[in-house]
Amino acid sequence: MSTVDPAAPPAGRRPRALVQTILYAVLAVCALAILLPFGWMISASLKRNNEVLTSPIQWIPADFQWHNFTGIWSQIPLGTYLGNTVFLSLVITLLQVLTGSFAAYGFAKVRFRGRDALFVAYIATIAVPWQAYMIPQYIMMQKLGLTDTFLSLILLQAFGAFGVFLMRQYYLTIPDELCEAARVDGLTEYGIWARVVLPLSKPALASLALLTFVNTWNDYMGPFIYLTSNDLWTIQLGLRSFVGQYDADYAMMMTGSVLSVLPILVIFLLGQRYFIQGVATSGMKG
Amino acid sequence: MADLLTAPPATASAPPPPPRARGARRARTTLIGWSFILPNFLGFALLTLVPVLGALALSFMEWDSYNPPEWVGLDNFERFLNDESTLIALRNTAYYALGHVPLTMLAALGLALLLNRRLRGVGFFRAAAFFPYVTSMVAVAIVWNMLFDPEFGPVNQFLQFIGVDSPPGWTTSVDWAMPAVILTSVWRDMGYYMVLFLAGLQAIPTEYYEAAKVDGATAWQRFRAVTLPGLRPVTFLVLILLTVQSFKIFDLIVVMTDGGPGRATLVLSQQIYRKGIWEGEFGYASAISVVLFLIVLVFTLIQFWFNNRRERS
Repeated sequence: MSTVDPAAPPAGRRPRALVQTILYAVLAVCALAILLPFGWMISASLKRNNEVLTSPIQWIPADFQWHNFTGIWSQIPLGTYLGNTVFLSLVITLLQVLTGSFAAYGFAKVRFRGRDALFVAYIATIAVPWQAYMIPQYIMMQKLGLTDTFLSLILLQAFGAFGVFLMRQYYLTIPDELCEAARVDGLTEYGIWARVVLPLSKPALASLALLTFVNTWNDYMGPFIYLTSNDLWTIQLGLRSFVGQYDADYAMMMTGSVLSVLPILVIFLLGQRYFIQGVATSGMKG
Repeated sequence: MADLLTAPPATASAPPPPPRARGARRARTTLIGWSFILPNFLGFALLTLVPVLGALALSFMEWDSYNPPEWVGLDNFERFLNDESTLIALRNTAYYALGHVPLTMLAALGLALLLNRRLRGVGFFRAAAFFPYVTSMVAVAIVWNMLFDPEFGPVNQFLQFIGVDSPPGWTTSVDWAMPAVILTSVWRDMGYYMVLFLAGLQAIPTEYYEAAKVDGATAWQRFRAVTLPGLRPVTFLVLILLTVQSFKIFDLIVVMTDGGPGRATLVLSQQIYRKGIWEGEFGYASAISVVLFLIVLVFTLIQFWFNNRRERS
Protein backbone atom coordinates (compact mmCIF):
# COMPACT_ATOMS: atom_id res chain seq x y z
CA MET A 1 0.00 0.00 0.00
CA SER A 2 1.59 3.25 -0.98
CA THR A 3 0.57 6.43 0.74
CA VAL A 4 -0.27 8.25 -2.43
CA ASP A 5 -1.40 6.70 -5.64
CA PRO A 6 -0.49 8.88 -8.60
CA ALA A 7 -3.27 7.28 -10.65
CA ALA A 8 -5.91 8.50 -8.24
CA PRO A 9 -7.90 11.62 -9.13
CA PRO A 10 -5.94 14.67 -7.93
CA ALA A 11 -8.99 16.25 -6.29
CA GLY A 12 -8.16 17.36 -2.74
CA ARG A 13 -4.72 15.66 -2.74
CA ARG A 14 -2.10 17.30 -0.58
CA PRO A 15 1.30 17.50 -2.20
CA ARG A 16 3.27 14.31 -1.66
CA ALA A 17 6.20 15.97 0.07
CA LEU A 18 3.97 17.37 2.81
CA VAL A 19 2.39 13.98 3.51
CA GLN A 20 5.86 12.44 3.74
CA THR A 21 7.04 15.12 6.14
CA ILE A 22 4.03 14.71 8.43
CA LEU A 23 4.49 10.95 8.37
CA TYR A 24 8.14 11.19 9.30
CA ALA A 25 7.34 13.61 12.10
CA VAL A 26 4.76 11.19 13.53
CA LEU A 27 7.20 8.28 13.24
CA ALA A 28 10.01 10.26 14.87
CA VAL A 29 7.80 11.14 17.84
CA CYS A 30 6.73 7.50 18.22
CA ALA A 31 10.30 6.20 17.99
CA LEU A 32 11.50 8.78 20.48
CA ALA A 33 8.75 7.83 22.95
CA ILE A 34 9.52 4.13 22.56
CA LEU A 35 13.28 4.54 22.96
CA LEU A 36 13.15 7.15 25.71
CA PRO A 37 13.47 4.64 28.59
CA PHE A 38 16.71 3.36 27.05
CA GLY A 39 18.05 6.88 26.75
CA TRP A 40 17.19 7.43 30.39
CA MET A 41 18.91 4.18 31.35
CA ILE A 42 22.16 5.06 29.59
CA SER A 43 22.13 8.64 30.80
CA ALA A 44 21.50 7.60 34.43
CA SER A 45 24.21 4.95 34.30
CA LEU A 46 26.79 7.65 33.60
CA LYS A 47 25.74 10.01 36.37
CA ARG A 48 26.63 10.46 40.00
CA ASN A 49 23.95 8.88 42.12
CA ASN A 50 22.60 12.18 43.43
CA GLU A 51 22.14 13.45 39.87
CA VAL A 52 19.81 10.67 38.72
CA LEU A 53 16.49 11.84 40.11
CA THR A 54 16.44 15.59 39.80
CA SER A 55 13.94 18.23 38.89
CA PRO A 56 14.25 19.38 36.12
CA ILE A 57 15.74 16.30 34.48
CA GLN A 58 19.29 16.45 33.19
CA TRP A 59 19.29 14.36 30.05
CA ILE A 60 23.02 14.76 29.54
CA PRO A 61 25.18 13.91 32.59
CA ALA A 62 27.15 16.90 33.92
CA ASP A 63 30.35 14.91 33.84
CA PHE A 64 30.42 11.36 32.65
CA GLN A 65 31.03 8.80 35.42
CA TRP A 66 32.69 6.09 33.32
CA HIS A 67 34.00 4.46 36.48
CA ASN A 68 30.43 3.25 37.23
CA PHE A 69 31.08 0.64 34.59
CA THR A 70 34.36 -0.49 36.09
CA GLY A 71 33.29 -0.26 39.72
CA ILE A 72 30.21 -2.46 39.41
CA TRP A 73 32.27 -5.61 38.80
CA SER A 74 33.70 -5.46 42.29
CA GLN A 75 30.40 -4.49 43.94
CA ILE A 76 28.56 -7.61 42.80
CA PRO A 77 29.95 -10.81 41.20
CA LEU A 78 28.81 -9.67 37.78
CA GLY A 79 31.37 -11.80 35.95
CA THR A 80 29.98 -14.98 37.52
CA TYR A 81 26.40 -13.98 36.74
CA LEU A 82 27.20 -13.20 33.11
CA GLY A 83 29.16 -16.45 32.71
CA ASN A 84 26.25 -18.48 34.11
CA THR A 85 23.77 -16.71 31.85
CA VAL A 86 25.87 -17.26 28.73
CA PHE A 87 26.36 -20.94 29.59
CA LEU A 88 22.65 -21.61 30.23
CA SER A 89 21.50 -19.66 27.19
CA LEU A 90 23.94 -21.42 24.85
CA VAL A 91 23.19 -24.97 26.06
CA ILE A 92 19.43 -24.49 26.05
CA THR A 93 19.48 -22.85 22.62
CA LEU A 94 21.62 -25.61 21.12
CA LEU A 95 19.39 -28.39 22.45
CA GLN A 96 16.19 -26.60 21.51
CA VAL A 97 17.34 -25.97 17.93
CA LEU A 98 18.67 -29.51 17.45
CA THR A 99 15.74 -31.47 18.88
CA GLY A 100 13.18 -28.96 17.60
CA SER A 101 14.32 -29.01 13.99
CA PHE A 102 14.70 -32.78 14.08
CA ALA A 103 11.20 -33.37 15.46
CA ALA A 104 9.70 -30.79 13.09
CA TYR A 105 10.89 -32.85 10.11
CA GLY A 106 8.91 -35.80 11.44
CA PHE A 107 5.82 -33.61 11.77
CA ALA A 108 6.16 -31.87 8.42
CA LYS A 109 7.66 -34.34 5.99
CA VAL A 110 7.04 -37.89 7.21
CA ARG A 111 3.51 -39.23 7.13
CA PHE A 112 2.57 -41.75 9.78
CA ARG A 113 -0.32 -42.77 11.96
CA GLY A 114 -0.90 -40.66 15.05
CA ARG A 115 1.26 -37.82 13.81
CA ASP A 116 -1.42 -35.14 13.83
CA ALA A 117 -2.83 -36.15 17.20
CA LEU A 118 0.64 -35.87 18.64
CA PHE A 119 1.08 -32.43 17.14
CA VAL A 120 -2.20 -31.29 18.67
CA ALA A 121 -0.79 -32.29 22.07
CA TYR A 122 2.21 -30.09 21.37
CA ILE A 123 0.13 -27.11 20.27
CA ALA A 124 -2.21 -27.52 23.23
CA THR A 125 0.63 -27.16 25.71
CA ILE A 126 1.71 -23.88 24.11
CA ALA A 127 -1.64 -22.55 25.26
CA VAL A 128 -1.25 -23.91 28.80
CA PRO A 129 0.35 -21.27 31.01
CA TRP A 130 3.59 -22.53 32.50
CA GLN A 131 2.34 -21.53 35.94
CA ALA A 132 -0.30 -24.24 35.62
CA TYR A 133 2.24 -27.06 35.78
CA MET A 134 5.11 -25.35 37.54
CA ILE A 135 4.37 -27.06 40.87
CA PRO A 136 4.53 -30.70 39.63
CA GLN A 137 7.70 -29.83 37.71
CA TYR A 138 9.20 -28.42 40.87
CA ILE A 139 8.26 -31.52 42.86
CA MET A 140 9.84 -33.74 40.20
CA MET A 141 13.05 -31.75 40.28
CA GLN A 142 13.04 -31.82 44.06
CA LYS A 143 12.64 -35.61 44.12
CA LEU A 144 15.44 -35.97 41.57
CA GLY A 145 17.64 -33.73 43.69
CA LEU A 146 18.07 -31.30 40.80
CA THR A 147 16.85 -28.09 42.40
CA ASP A 148 19.63 -25.51 42.59
CA THR A 149 21.45 -26.99 39.58
CA PHE A 150 21.76 -25.78 36.00
CA LEU A 151 20.54 -29.17 34.83
CA SER A 152 17.03 -28.50 36.15
CA LEU A 153 16.65 -25.38 34.01
CA ILE A 154 18.26 -27.03 30.98
CA LEU A 155 15.87 -29.99 31.17
CA LEU A 156 12.87 -27.74 31.66
CA GLN A 157 13.57 -25.32 28.85
CA ALA A 158 15.37 -27.27 26.14
CA PHE A 159 12.37 -29.29 24.93
CA GLY A 160 9.78 -26.59 24.53
CA ALA A 161 7.00 -26.99 22.03
CA PHE A 162 7.67 -23.59 20.48
CA GLY A 163 10.81 -24.72 18.63
CA VAL A 164 9.02 -27.70 17.09
CA PHE A 165 6.10 -25.50 16.13
CA LEU A 166 8.20 -22.76 14.52
CA MET A 167 10.38 -25.16 12.54
CA ARG A 168 7.40 -27.16 11.32
CA GLN A 169 5.75 -23.97 10.09
CA TYR A 170 8.86 -23.25 8.07
CA TYR A 171 9.38 -26.78 6.74
CA LEU A 172 5.85 -26.76 5.34
CA THR A 173 6.99 -24.01 2.97
CA ILE A 174 9.74 -26.24 1.55
CA PRO A 175 8.34 -28.06 -1.51
CA ASP A 176 7.90 -31.79 -1.08
CA GLU A 177 9.26 -32.32 -4.60
CA LEU A 178 12.74 -31.57 -3.25
CA CYS A 179 12.43 -34.38 -0.71
CA GLU A 180 11.01 -36.66 -3.39
CA ALA A 181 13.94 -36.00 -5.67
CA ALA A 182 16.35 -36.73 -2.85
CA ARG A 183 14.53 -40.00 -2.10
CA VAL A 184 14.84 -41.03 -5.73
CA ASP A 185 18.55 -40.28 -5.45
CA GLY A 186 18.65 -42.79 -2.63
CA LEU A 187 19.02 -40.50 0.39
CA THR A 188 17.54 -41.78 3.65
CA GLU A 189 15.08 -39.56 5.54
CA TYR A 190 17.88 -38.55 7.93
CA GLY A 191 20.03 -37.69 4.95
CA ILE A 192 17.26 -35.52 3.52
CA TRP A 193 16.90 -33.71 6.85
CA ALA A 194 20.63 -33.11 7.12
CA ARG A 195 21.47 -32.33 3.50
CA VAL A 196 18.34 -30.88 1.93
CA VAL A 197 16.02 -29.44 4.55
CA LEU A 198 18.49 -28.06 7.09
CA PRO A 199 20.55 -26.06 4.59
CA LEU A 200 17.32 -24.59 3.19
CA SER A 201 16.02 -23.56 6.59
CA LYS A 202 18.97 -21.50 7.79
CA PRO A 203 16.85 -18.37 8.28
CA ALA A 204 14.33 -20.24 10.43
CA LEU A 205 17.12 -21.89 12.42
CA ALA A 206 18.65 -18.49 13.01
CA SER A 207 15.27 -17.11 14.12
CA LEU A 208 14.68 -19.96 16.53
CA ALA A 209 18.20 -19.79 17.92
CA LEU A 210 18.03 -16.03 18.46
CA LEU A 211 14.55 -16.08 20.02
CA THR A 212 15.47 -18.95 22.34
CA PHE A 213 18.78 -17.36 23.33
CA VAL A 214 17.19 -14.04 24.17
CA ASN A 215 14.29 -15.67 26.04
CA THR A 216 16.68 -17.71 28.17
CA TRP A 217 18.91 -14.71 28.76
CA ASN A 218 15.96 -12.66 29.94
CA ASP A 219 14.17 -15.41 31.86
CA TYR A 220 13.55 -14.45 35.44
CA MET A 221 11.00 -16.85 36.86
CA GLY A 222 12.90 -20.05 36.03
CA PRO A 223 16.19 -19.08 37.71
CA PHE A 224 14.19 -17.39 40.49
CA ILE A 225 12.53 -20.69 41.41
CA TYR A 226 15.38 -23.12 40.80
CA LEU A 227 18.66 -21.33 41.51
CA THR A 228 19.20 -20.48 45.16
CA SER A 229 23.00 -20.50 45.42
CA ASN A 230 24.49 -17.14 44.62
CA ASP A 231 27.30 -18.66 42.53
CA LEU A 232 24.72 -20.16 40.14
CA TRP A 233 22.74 -16.95 39.70
CA THR A 234 22.02 -15.46 36.30
CA ILE A 235 22.34 -11.79 35.43
CA GLN A 236 18.59 -11.25 35.94
CA LEU A 237 18.69 -12.54 39.52
CA GLY A 238 21.81 -10.51 40.21
CA LEU A 239 20.16 -7.39 38.87
CA ARG A 240 17.06 -7.99 40.94
CA SER A 241 19.03 -8.52 44.15
CA PHE A 242 20.84 -5.30 43.40
CA VAL A 243 17.54 -3.49 43.82
CA GLY A 244 17.18 -5.01 47.26
CA GLN A 245 20.77 -4.43 48.37
CA TYR A 246 21.54 -1.01 46.95
CA ASP A 247 18.06 0.32 47.14
CA ALA A 248 19.06 3.94 46.72
CA ASP A 249 22.01 3.47 44.40
CA TYR A 250 20.14 4.44 41.25
CA ALA A 251 23.17 5.08 39.09
CA MET A 252 24.56 1.61 39.84
CA MET A 253 21.19 -0.04 39.20
CA MET A 254 21.12 1.60 35.79
CA THR A 255 24.71 0.58 35.11
CA GLY A 256 23.75 -3.03 35.85
CA SER A 257 20.68 -2.74 33.64
CA VAL A 258 22.73 -1.35 30.75
CA LEU A 259 25.25 -4.18 31.08
CA SER A 260 22.46 -6.78 31.09
CA VAL A 261 20.75 -5.30 28.03
CA LEU A 262 23.90 -4.53 26.03
CA PRO A 263 24.65 -8.11 24.85
CA ILE A 264 21.03 -8.46 23.76
CA LEU A 265 21.21 -5.14 21.89
CA VAL A 266 24.29 -6.32 19.98
CA ILE A 267 22.63 -9.65 19.13
CA PHE A 268 19.45 -7.85 18.12
CA LEU A 269 21.23 -5.37 15.85
CA LEU A 270 23.12 -8.18 14.13
CA GLY A 271 20.09 -10.42 13.67
CA GLN A 272 17.02 -8.20 13.79
CA ARG A 273 15.86 -9.53 10.41
CA TYR A 274 15.72 -13.06 11.84
CA PHE A 275 13.92 -11.97 14.99
CA ILE A 276 11.22 -10.28 13.01
CA GLN A 277 10.97 -13.09 10.45
CA GLY A 278 10.78 -15.68 13.21
CA VAL A 279 7.88 -13.92 14.89
CA ALA A 280 6.13 -13.50 11.54
CA THR A 281 6.64 -17.21 10.72
CA SER A 282 5.16 -18.27 14.04
CA GLY A 283 2.00 -16.37 13.09
CA MET A 284 1.69 -18.04 9.70
CA LYS A 285 -1.05 -20.51 9.03
CA GLY A 286 0.38 -23.96 8.47
CA MET B 1 -6.20 -23.03 13.77
CA ALA B 2 -7.88 -26.11 12.32
CA ASP B 3 -5.73 -25.94 9.23
CA LEU B 4 -2.63 -26.31 11.35
CA LEU B 5 -3.24 -29.99 11.04
CA THR B 6 -3.68 -30.31 7.32
CA ALA B 7 -0.08 -30.67 6.39
CA PRO B 8 0.32 -31.57 2.76
CA PRO B 9 0.83 -35.30 2.34
CA ALA B 10 4.49 -36.16 2.14
CA THR B 11 5.24 -39.77 1.53
CA ALA B 12 7.84 -41.59 -0.38
CA SER B 13 6.04 -42.43 -3.59
CA ALA B 14 7.98 -45.20 -5.15
CA PRO B 15 6.06 -47.39 -7.62
CA PRO B 16 3.12 -49.09 -5.86
CA PRO B 17 4.50 -52.07 -3.95
CA PRO B 18 2.89 -55.52 -3.83
CA PRO B 19 0.17 -55.58 -1.14
CA ARG B 20 2.15 -57.68 1.32
CA ALA B 21 5.01 -55.19 1.41
CA ARG B 22 2.69 -52.23 1.97
CA GLY B 23 2.02 -52.91 5.65
CA ALA B 24 5.70 -53.43 6.31
CA ARG B 25 6.56 -50.18 4.60
CA ARG B 26 3.96 -48.28 6.55
CA ALA B 27 5.40 -49.66 9.76
CA ARG B 28 8.83 -48.55 8.67
CA THR B 29 7.60 -45.05 7.87
CA THR B 30 5.96 -44.84 11.28
CA LEU B 31 9.19 -45.93 12.89
CA ILE B 32 11.19 -43.31 10.97
CA GLY B 33 8.67 -40.60 11.81
CA TRP B 34 8.78 -41.47 15.50
CA SER B 35 12.56 -41.57 15.51
CA PHE B 36 12.61 -37.93 14.41
CA ILE B 37 10.16 -36.84 17.05
CA LEU B 38 11.43 -38.95 19.93
CA PRO B 39 14.42 -36.92 21.22
CA ASN B 40 12.29 -33.84 21.69
CA PHE B 41 9.18 -35.77 22.67
CA LEU B 42 10.89 -37.62 25.53
CA GLY B 43 11.85 -34.36 27.21
CA PHE B 44 8.52 -32.78 26.33
CA ALA B 45 6.41 -35.68 27.63
CA LEU B 46 8.34 -36.09 30.88
CA LEU B 47 8.71 -32.43 31.70
CA THR B 48 5.57 -30.88 30.24
CA LEU B 49 2.81 -33.42 29.56
CA VAL B 50 3.25 -35.40 32.77
CA PRO B 51 3.36 -32.26 34.97
CA VAL B 52 0.24 -30.88 33.25
CA LEU B 53 -1.65 -34.06 34.16
CA GLY B 54 0.05 -34.07 37.56
CA ALA B 55 -1.22 -30.59 38.34
CA LEU B 56 -4.73 -31.71 37.61
CA ALA B 57 -4.42 -34.71 39.95
CA LEU B 58 -2.66 -32.69 42.66
CA SER B 59 -5.44 -30.12 42.77
CA PHE B 60 -7.67 -32.78 44.37
CA MET B 61 -5.07 -33.67 46.98
CA GLU B 62 -3.57 -32.36 50.15
CA TRP B 63 0.20 -32.68 50.01
CA ASP B 64 3.27 -31.15 51.54
CA SER B 65 6.74 -32.57 50.97
CA TYR B 66 6.77 -34.57 54.20
CA ASN B 67 3.50 -36.46 54.51
CA PRO B 68 2.12 -38.72 51.80
CA PRO B 69 -0.47 -37.11 49.53
CA GLU B 70 -4.09 -37.50 50.54
CA TRP B 71 -7.21 -37.29 48.36
CA VAL B 72 -9.44 -34.43 49.53
CA GLY B 73 -11.84 -34.03 46.60
CA LEU B 74 -12.91 -30.46 45.98
CA ASP B 75 -11.61 -29.03 49.27
CA ASN B 76 -8.87 -27.03 47.60
CA PHE B 77 -11.33 -25.37 45.25
CA GLU B 78 -13.65 -24.57 48.11
CA ARG B 79 -10.73 -23.00 49.92
CA PHE B 80 -9.99 -20.95 46.80
CA LEU B 81 -13.48 -19.46 46.91
CA ASN B 82 -13.07 -18.46 50.55
CA ASP B 83 -9.46 -17.29 50.46
CA GLU B 84 -9.40 -13.53 50.39
CA SER B 85 -5.88 -13.09 49.08
CA THR B 86 -6.41 -15.56 46.23
CA LEU B 87 -9.64 -13.84 45.24
CA ILE B 88 -7.83 -10.50 45.26
CA ALA B 89 -5.14 -12.05 43.06
CA LEU B 90 -7.83 -13.30 40.68
CA ARG B 91 -9.45 -9.88 40.51
CA ASN B 92 -6.10 -8.16 39.90
CA THR B 93 -5.18 -10.64 37.16
CA ALA B 94 -8.49 -9.95 35.42
CA TYR B 95 -7.91 -6.20 35.81
CA TYR B 96 -4.46 -6.52 34.26
CA ALA B 97 -5.77 -8.59 31.35
CA LEU B 98 -8.64 -6.18 30.69
CA GLY B 99 -6.16 -3.34 30.41
CA HIS B 100 -3.28 -5.11 28.74
CA VAL B 101 -5.12 -7.00 25.98
CA PRO B 102 -7.07 -4.19 24.28
CA LEU B 103 -4.38 -1.53 24.75
CA THR B 104 -1.58 -3.70 23.38
CA MET B 105 -3.78 -4.73 20.51
CA LEU B 106 -4.63 -1.16 19.55
CA ALA B 107 -1.04 0.03 19.91
CA ALA B 108 0.27 -2.90 17.86
CA LEU B 109 -2.31 -2.45 15.12
CA GLY B 110 -1.67 1.30 15.00
CA LEU B 111 2.07 0.78 14.68
CA ALA B 112 1.59 -1.89 12.03
CA LEU B 113 -0.66 0.35 9.91
CA LEU B 114 1.81 3.20 10.29
CA LEU B 115 4.82 1.08 9.34
CA ASN B 116 3.25 -0.99 6.58
CA ARG B 117 4.62 1.06 3.69
CA ARG B 118 7.67 1.42 1.54
CA LEU B 119 9.49 4.27 3.14
CA ARG B 120 13.11 5.06 3.64
CA GLY B 121 14.16 4.06 7.14
CA VAL B 122 11.04 2.01 7.86
CA GLY B 123 13.24 -0.90 8.94
CA PHE B 124 14.76 1.21 11.67
CA PHE B 125 11.36 2.22 13.03
CA ARG B 126 10.16 -1.40 13.03
CA ALA B 127 13.29 -2.53 14.85
CA ALA B 128 12.95 0.29 17.39
CA ALA B 129 9.36 -0.71 18.13
CA PHE B 130 10.34 -4.36 18.50
CA PHE B 131 13.41 -3.83 20.66
CA PRO B 132 11.63 -3.39 24.03
CA TYR B 133 10.29 -6.92 23.62
CA VAL B 134 13.74 -8.48 23.67
CA THR B 135 14.99 -6.54 26.69
CA SER B 136 14.73 -8.21 30.06
CA MET B 137 11.69 -7.69 32.27
CA VAL B 138 13.97 -7.00 35.20
CA ALA B 139 15.78 -4.12 33.52
CA VAL B 140 12.48 -2.84 32.13
CA ALA B 141 10.87 -2.91 35.57
CA ILE B 142 13.78 -1.12 37.24
CA VAL B 143 13.86 1.62 34.61
CA TRP B 144 10.11 2.19 34.58
CA ASN B 145 10.02 2.28 38.36
CA MET B 146 12.33 5.26 38.15
CA LEU B 147 10.45 6.83 35.26
CA PHE B 148 7.30 6.56 37.37
CA ASP B 149 8.95 8.08 40.45
CA PRO B 150 6.19 10.29 41.89
CA GLU B 151 8.37 13.30 42.56
CA PHE B 152 11.36 13.22 40.23
CA GLY B 153 10.31 10.75 37.53
CA PRO B 154 10.19 12.02 33.94
CA VAL B 155 6.58 10.82 33.59
CA ASN B 156 5.23 13.08 36.31
CA GLN B 157 7.54 15.95 35.40
CA PHE B 158 6.12 15.77 31.90
CA LEU B 159 2.54 15.64 33.23
CA GLN B 160 3.20 18.71 35.39
CA PHE B 161 4.75 20.43 32.39
CA ILE B 162 1.54 20.01 30.38
CA GLY B 163 -0.49 21.31 33.31
CA VAL B 164 -1.55 18.30 35.42
CA ASP B 165 -1.52 19.70 38.95
CA SER B 166 -1.17 16.62 41.12
CA PRO B 167 -0.04 13.70 38.96
CA PRO B 168 -0.62 10.15 40.28
CA GLY B 169 1.78 8.37 42.61
CA TRP B 170 1.97 5.39 40.20
CA THR B 171 3.67 2.38 41.82
CA THR B 172 3.46 3.92 45.29
CA SER B 173 -0.30 4.30 45.10
CA VAL B 174 -2.87 1.55 45.55
CA ASP B 175 -5.05 2.91 42.73
CA TRP B 176 -2.32 3.70 40.22
CA ALA B 177 0.10 0.78 40.64
CA MET B 178 -1.75 -1.54 38.26
CA PRO B 179 -2.17 1.10 35.54
CA ALA B 180 1.59 1.73 35.80
CA VAL B 181 2.28 -1.99 35.33
CA ILE B 182 -0.16 -2.14 32.40
CA LEU B 183 1.43 0.85 30.66
CA THR B 184 4.87 -0.67 31.06
CA SER B 185 3.78 -4.01 29.65
CA VAL B 186 1.99 -2.39 26.69
CA TRP B 187 5.20 -0.53 25.88
CA ARG B 188 7.20 -3.75 26.05
CA ASP B 189 4.85 -6.07 24.12
CA MET B 190 3.37 -3.90 21.37
CA GLY B 191 6.34 -4.38 19.01
CA TYR B 192 5.98 -8.14 19.06
CA TYR B 193 2.32 -8.09 18.10
CA MET B 194 3.02 -5.31 15.59
CA VAL B 195 5.20 -7.81 13.70
CA LEU B 196 2.34 -10.31 13.63
CA PHE B 197 -0.04 -7.64 12.33
CA LEU B 198 2.50 -6.55 9.71
CA ALA B 199 2.72 -10.12 8.43
CA GLY B 200 -1.07 -10.17 8.28
CA LEU B 201 -1.25 -6.86 6.40
CA GLN B 202 1.28 -8.05 3.85
CA ALA B 203 -0.78 -11.16 3.22
CA ILE B 204 -3.77 -9.12 1.98
CA PRO B 205 -3.74 -9.18 -1.84
CA THR B 206 -3.19 -5.71 -3.32
CA GLU B 207 -5.83 -6.47 -5.97
CA TYR B 208 -8.50 -6.01 -3.30
CA TYR B 209 -7.31 -2.48 -2.68
CA GLU B 210 -7.14 -1.77 -6.40
CA ALA B 211 -10.69 -3.04 -6.84
CA ALA B 212 -11.95 -0.94 -3.93
CA LYS B 213 -10.29 2.14 -5.43
CA VAL B 214 -11.88 1.51 -8.80
CA ASP B 215 -15.24 1.37 -6.99
CA GLY B 216 -14.42 4.81 -5.57
CA ALA B 217 -14.01 3.77 -1.92
CA THR B 218 -12.44 6.30 0.43
CA ALA B 219 -9.41 5.40 2.53
CA TRP B 220 -11.63 4.79 5.56
CA GLN B 221 -14.01 2.58 3.54
CA ARG B 222 -11.03 0.61 2.21
CA PHE B 223 -9.84 0.12 5.77
CA ARG B 224 -13.27 -1.07 6.89
CA ALA B 225 -14.00 -3.30 3.89
CA VAL B 226 -10.58 -4.70 3.00
CA THR B 227 -8.02 -4.27 5.80
CA LEU B 228 -10.07 -5.28 8.83
CA PRO B 229 -11.65 -8.41 7.30
CA GLY B 230 -8.27 -9.39 5.86
CA LEU B 231 -6.64 -9.09 9.27
CA ARG B 232 -9.23 -11.28 10.95
CA PRO B 233 -7.10 -14.44 11.23
CA VAL B 234 -4.14 -12.51 12.67
CA THR B 235 -6.37 -10.53 15.03
CA PHE B 236 -7.76 -13.79 16.31
CA LEU B 237 -4.28 -15.23 16.86
CA VAL B 238 -3.08 -12.06 18.59
CA LEU B 239 -6.13 -12.05 20.84
CA ILE B 240 -5.48 -15.61 21.99
CA LEU B 241 -1.75 -15.08 22.50
CA LEU B 242 -2.36 -11.87 24.43
CA THR B 243 -5.00 -13.45 26.65
CA VAL B 244 -2.75 -16.37 27.57
CA GLN B 245 0.17 -14.01 28.10
CA SER B 246 -1.84 -11.64 30.30
CA PHE B 247 -3.02 -14.32 32.67
CA LYS B 248 0.59 -15.55 33.02
CA ILE B 249 1.97 -12.17 34.14
CA PHE B 250 4.64 -12.66 36.77
CA ASP B 251 8.16 -11.24 36.30
CA LEU B 252 7.14 -7.67 35.65
CA ILE B 253 4.96 -7.54 38.76
CA VAL B 254 7.50 -9.27 40.99
CA VAL B 255 10.24 -6.83 40.09
CA MET B 256 8.17 -3.69 39.72
CA THR B 257 5.78 -3.85 42.67
CA ASP B 258 6.11 -7.34 44.18
CA GLY B 259 2.34 -7.43 44.45
CA GLY B 260 2.20 -4.16 46.34
CA PRO B 261 1.46 -1.62 47.57
CA GLY B 262 -0.45 -3.84 50.02
CA ARG B 263 -2.04 -6.42 47.71
CA ALA B 264 -2.94 -3.97 44.96
CA THR B 265 -1.00 -5.81 42.24
CA LEU B 266 -0.88 -9.35 43.62
CA VAL B 267 -1.60 -11.71 40.68
CA LEU B 268 -2.49 -15.39 40.36
CA SER B 269 0.91 -16.68 39.23
CA GLN B 270 2.50 -14.98 42.24
CA GLN B 271 -0.07 -16.59 44.49
CA ILE B 272 0.73 -20.02 42.98
CA TYR B 273 4.42 -19.41 43.62
CA ARG B 274 3.87 -18.22 47.17
CA LYS B 275 1.52 -21.03 48.16
CA GLY B 276 3.31 -23.84 46.34
CA ILE B 277 7.00 -23.12 46.43
CA TRP B 278 7.27 -20.88 49.50
CA GLU B 279 4.72 -22.51 51.74
CA GLY B 280 4.89 -26.03 50.25
CA GLU B 281 1.11 -26.37 49.87
CA PHE B 282 1.35 -28.30 46.63
CA GLY B 283 -2.32 -29.30 46.48
CA TYR B 284 -3.78 -25.85 47.04
CA ALA B 285 -1.27 -24.18 44.70
CA SER B 286 -2.16 -26.70 42.00
CA ALA B 287 -5.83 -25.96 42.47
CA ILE B 288 -5.13 -22.26 41.88
CA SER B 289 -3.16 -23.15 38.75
CA VAL B 290 -5.98 -25.36 37.46
CA VAL B 291 -8.38 -22.44 37.90
CA LEU B 292 -5.93 -20.21 36.03
CA PHE B 293 -5.77 -22.73 33.22
CA LEU B 294 -9.56 -23.09 33.08
CA ILE B 295 -9.99 -19.32 32.80
CA VAL B 296 -7.55 -19.18 29.90
CA LEU B 297 -9.26 -22.18 28.30
CA VAL B 298 -12.74 -20.67 28.60
CA PHE B 299 -11.58 -17.39 27.05
CA THR B 300 -9.87 -19.25 24.23
CA LEU B 301 -12.95 -21.34 23.53
CA ILE B 302 -15.20 -18.26 23.53
CA GLN B 303 -12.85 -16.60 21.06
CA PHE B 304 -12.87 -19.70 18.86
CA TRP B 305 -16.62 -19.80 18.96
CA PHE B 306 -16.92 -16.13 17.97
CA ASN B 307 -14.35 -16.58 15.24
CA ASN B 308 -16.17 -19.54 13.75
CA ARG B 309 -19.51 -17.78 13.91
CA ARG B 310 -18.10 -14.73 12.14
CA GLU B 311 -16.46 -16.83 9.45
CA ARG B 312 -19.72 -18.61 8.74
CA SER B 313 -21.76 -15.45 8.48
